[in-house]
Amino acid sequence: MSVRPNARPVGQKPPFWRDRAKRALIFQCLLIAAVIAFLFYVVGNVQDNLSSRGITTGFGFLSNTAGFGIVQSLIDYSSQSTYGRTFFVGLLNTLLVGGLGVIAATIVGFIVGISRLSPNWLIAKLAAAYIETFRNIPLLLQIFFWYFAVLRTLPSARDSLAFGEAFFLNVRGLYLPQPLFESGFGLIPVTFVIAIIASVALVIWAKRRQEATGKRLPAYWISFALIFGLPLLVMFATGVPITWEMPELRGFNFRGGITVIPEFLALWFALSIYTASFIAEIVRSGIQAISHGQTEAAQALSLPRNLVLRLVVIPQALRVIIPPLTSQYLNLIKNSSLATAIGYPDLVSVFAGTTLNQTGQAIEVIAMTMAVYLTISLLVSMFMNWFNARVALVER
Amino acid sequence: MIHNQTMIEQRPAPSSSVGAVAWLRTNLFNGPINTIFTLIGLYILYLLVVPTVQWAFINADWVGTTRDDCSREGACWVFINARLSQFIYGLYPSSEIWRANIVFAMFFSLIGWLAIPRLPFKRWVAIFALIVFPVISFVLLYGGYFDLPKVPTHRWGGLMLTLLLATVGMVGALPIGIVLALGRRSNMPIVKSFCVVFIEFWRGVPLITVLFMASVMLPLFLPSDMSVDRLVRALIGLTLFQSAYMAEVIRGGLQAIPKGQEEAAAALGMTYWKRMGLIILPQALKMMIPGIVNTFISLFKDTTLVMIIGLFDLLGIVQAALADSRWLGFSLEGYVFAAFMFWVFCFSMSRYSQYLERKLHTGHKR
Repeated sequence: MSVRPNARPVGQKPPFWRDRAKRALIFQCLLIAAVIAFLFYVVGNVQDNLSSRGITTGFGFLSNTAGFGIVQSLIDYSSQSTYGRTFFVGLLNTLLVGGLGVIAATIVGFIVGISRLSPNWLIAKLAAAYIETFRNIPLLLQIFFWYFAVLRTLPSARDSLAFGEAFFLNVRGLYLPQPLFESGFGLIPVTFVIAIIASVALVIWAKRRQEATGKRLPAYWISFALIFGLPLLVMFATGVPITWEMPELRGFNFRGGITVIPEFLALWFALSIYTASFIAEIVRSGIQAISHGQTEAAQALSLPRNLVLRLVVIPQALRVIIPPLTSQYLNLIKNSSLATAIGYPDLVSVFAGTTLNQTGQAIEVIAMTMAVYLTISLLVSMFMNWFNARVALVER
Repeated sequence: MIHNQTMIEQRPAPSSSVGAVAWLRTNLFNGPINTIFTLIGLYILYLLVVPTVQWAFINADWVGTTRDDCSREGACWVFINARLSQFIYGLYPSSEIWRANIVFAMFFSLIGWLAIPRLPFKRWVAIFALIVFPVISFVLLYGGYFDLPKVPTHRWGGLMLTLLLATVGMVGALPIGIVLALGRRSNMPIVKSFCVVFIEFWRGVPLITVLFMASVMLPLFLPSDMSVDRLVRALIGLTLFQSAYMAEVIRGGLQAIPKGQEEAAAALGMTYWKRMGLIILPQALKMMIPGIVNTFISLFKDTTLVMIIGLFDLLGIVQAALADSRWLGFSLEGYVFAAFMFWVFCFSMSRYSQYLERKLHTGHKR
C-alpha cells in the first residue's frame, strides 16, 4: 500500500485552516469586524454630514408644533399639535385603510377564488379574467386610475350622485349618514360582548356533548342568532337609541354626516381589488390542494354536500390557505404606504413625508416609520408560527 | 346455439348529449341555480364589455396630431400616439434614440434566446448577457465613449427605465440572494443570525420607505464629497429590497433538495463551495426558476414606485404627460395604455413561469 507523500502522521492535529470549528470561528469574527467597521464608517459619515448641515440628532423634535393640517384624522388633531401627534394620526390612518382593506380583500378574494372553481363555465372564466387582469397591473397604477380617472372626474357637490336621500358621492368624497348615540345605547355593545362570550361557551359545550353522546346541536346557527339577535332585541327594547345625522347640501358643500375623502376611497378600492386577486388564487390552490379522494371518501360516508365542505374540505384547505393569506395581509398593509402618491394621510405620507421635510430629521423619522412596519410584520409572523404549530398535521 | 339475428344498428347519441347543446347544458344551464348564475354572469359581461368596446374601439379616434382631432365621444388614442416615443424612451434625445433601440433589440433577443428551450449555446449566451451585454448597454445608453454624446440619467425614462430598473435589480439581487440564503442555512450562529436579521428587515418594510431611505439617507451615509446619481440610489434600494425576497425563494429551492445529496457530496470529500456549486445549487436553481420569475414580475410592477422619488419610469412619464396643459383630460387613455403595457409584460411572464413549472415538474414526480 502506498502512502501519500504528505499524509499526516497519526495523532497530529490538522492545521487550523483545515479545522472546521476554528475556521467557522475565524470567519465569524471577520464578519463581525467587517460589520462593525462598516457601521463606524457610516456613523462617522452621518455625524460629519449632520454637523455640516446643522441638524441635531435626537427625538426632541417630536414635541415641537407641527403647524400643518391633516385632512383625515381619527384622533383630535389641529395644526397646533406636535410632530409626535402626526405620527399617531398617520399610524391610525394606515391601520384604518389596512384593516378595512383586509376585510374587503378577504371577502372579494374568497368569492372570486371559489367562483374560479365553479362548475359554471362562464362564472369560472369571469373569475379567471378578474384575477389575470388585476394581478398583472401595478398597484400604484390602479390607485392612480381610481383616484385621477374615476373619483377626480365625478361631478361637483351640487350635482352629486345621490343614492336615496342619505348617500352622496361627488368629487370631494362620499357622504354618509352619521349615527348619533343617545343615552341607553351603552347597553347594546355590552349585550354584544355577552352574546359572543355565551356563543363561545355554547360551541365548546356542544362539542363536548357531541363527543360524549353523539348528539349534534346546530351550535353555529344558535350562536349566529345570539350574536346578532340579542343586540337587536335590546336595541328595540330600549326604543332604538340611535338617530342618523343626514348630510345636507349647504351652499357649495355638504354639512353633517360622515365624509369619506376620495383619497381613502381610491386607496381602499385599489388595495382591496389588487390583493383580492392574489387571495383568490390562494383560495383556489388551497381548495385544489385537498385531494379529490377526501371528497369522495366523505361522500361514500353519505355526508351531505354542505357537510363535506364544512367538515372535510374547508378545515384542510384552511391549513394550506392561511399562511400565504397572512402574508398577503402583510403585503396589503405595507402597500398602503403608496398612499403618499395620492396624498392620503397615512404614516408614510404624513410622517415620512411632511414631517420629515419640515424637520429634516431623516434618520429618526425613517427609523420610526420602518420600526412600525417591522413591528406589524413581526407580530403577524409570530401569530403565523403559533397558528402553524396549532394546525400542523400530526403525522405518524 | 347460433344467433343469426343481425345486431340492431348503433344509433347516434341523443342530440341533447353531444355537441354545442350538451356543452351548454353541462357547463352553463345545469340546474336552476347555475342558470341564474349564468344569466347574472352574462349581464355583468354585457355591462362591462359593451361600453368598453364602444369607448376603446368604436367611438375612438386614432389619427391626428392635436387634441382637436378627438371627438371626445370615445377614447382619444391620438394622445398616446403623439407621446409614444416619450412613453418608451423618456426624455432621451430623439437624435440618439437609435442607441436605445439597439439595446432594446439586443435585450429582447437575448431574453428570447434564453427563454426558448430549443435554442443551443445557452451557457455562452447567458455569460454574454450577464457580462458583455451590461457593458455594451451602458456605453450605448450613457455615452461618453467612441464619440457618443453623453446622455445624463435624468433624461432616461419610460419603458426603457422600467425595464432597466427591473433587470438590473433582478440581476444584482440574485447573487446577494444566493449568499443570504446559504448564510441563513449555515451552521455558524453569527452568520445565520446576521442573514436572518438582514432578510427579515428588508422583507418587513415597504419598498417605498426603502426608496425614501435610498434617496434621503444614503447621501448621509456616504462622505459628503461623494455624490451618487439618483438612478443609482434607486437601484441600490431596489436591489437590496429584492435580494431579501430572492433569498427566500432560493431558500425554498434549497430546502427541496434532499439532504442525502449534500451528504453524498460530502462523503466524496467535496468542500462546502464545491458541494454547493456543483451539486446543490444547480439542482435547486432549476427548481427555483418559476419562483424567480414570479419575484421578477412583482419587482417589475414595483418599479413604478420610483416615480415617488422623482424618476420617470413608464407610469411616471404617463403621469407627467397627463399634466401637460395641451392634453388635459385624457387620464383614462394614459392609464389604460400604461396598464396594457404592464399587463402584457406581466401576463406573458406569468404564463412562461407556469409553463416552466409544468415542464420542470416532471422530473420530481414520484
